Amino acid sequence: MTLSVFLFFAFAAVAVLGALLLIVAREPIHSALSLILVMISLAVLYLLLGAEFIAAVQIIVYAGAIMVLFVFVIMLLNAGEEERTDWSKLAKYAGVPLGLILVLALAYWMARSTIAGSAGAAAPASAAVSTRELSEQLFRTYLLPFEATSILILIAILGALVLAKREE
Amino acid sequence: MTVVPISYYLVLSAVLFGLGVVAFVFKRNIITIFMAIELMLNAVNLAFVAFARAYNQLDALVFVFFVIVVAAAEAAVGLAIVITIVQNRQSLNVERVNLLKL
Repeated sequence: MTLSVFLFFAFAAVAVLGALLLIVAREPIHSALSLILVMISLAVLYLLLGAEFIAAVQIIVYAGAIMVLFVFVIMLLNAGEEERTDWSKLAKYAGVPLGLILVLALAYWMARSTIAGSAGAAAPASAAVSTRELSEQLFRTYLLPFEATSILILIAILGALVLAKREE
Repeated sequence: MTVVPISYYLVLSAVLFGLGVVAFVFKRNIITIFMAIELMLNAVNLAFVAFARAYNQLDALVFVFFVIVVAAAEAAVGLAIVITIVQNRQSLNVERVNLLKL
């Protein structure tokens, strides 16, 4: 068992554990911290897959900016323990098995699709995607969508300001 | 086994997505529901990166970048909506937000 295999299983376990903690935790702040755990372990998996730039963006934008926003709002609203509500019978007896079936079906089809596509199994170990190639792709082929996202962010800022502004 | 097969990453992605769906359905706190959406987006991103590696296509990584940007915009607007809801309802419980419910 090489180092990359060990790292994969270790951080895959951490990611699944974090996702389970998100569901089990009753305090929103605990959910937020376990989601940060998931995001950081996913960044390690991106590094294993050779996507260095995406791993850095994952840490900076997701685990950094977005989750800080979440934690800030949780503290601003002083969000306490979640109120317990009874699960309806439908949720208990239909929801849980259907959720399990969804996970299994997704896993089965996704695993099958790569094997059938023959590109699957062992990807070349050396092929780390260079950030230079990625940025060329981003600023040449996808220049227009890239510029459109900047307008999207601007509109999002304006929308957030208008929504959160206290009405006089 | 010296290299982790791509399908392992895809199975992990599916499991994380399923857990995100479960959290989205079962949580009652509106902020936690938002976090479940982020978890699902992360799971999809992992599938994108795994496919990018499997087929040696950089386009998938550009898509991941765009997904992250859209998630940032969505989080900003969504949390502003959450703040407005709490100001109007004095509660984070989604079951209290029932104006449109029959």
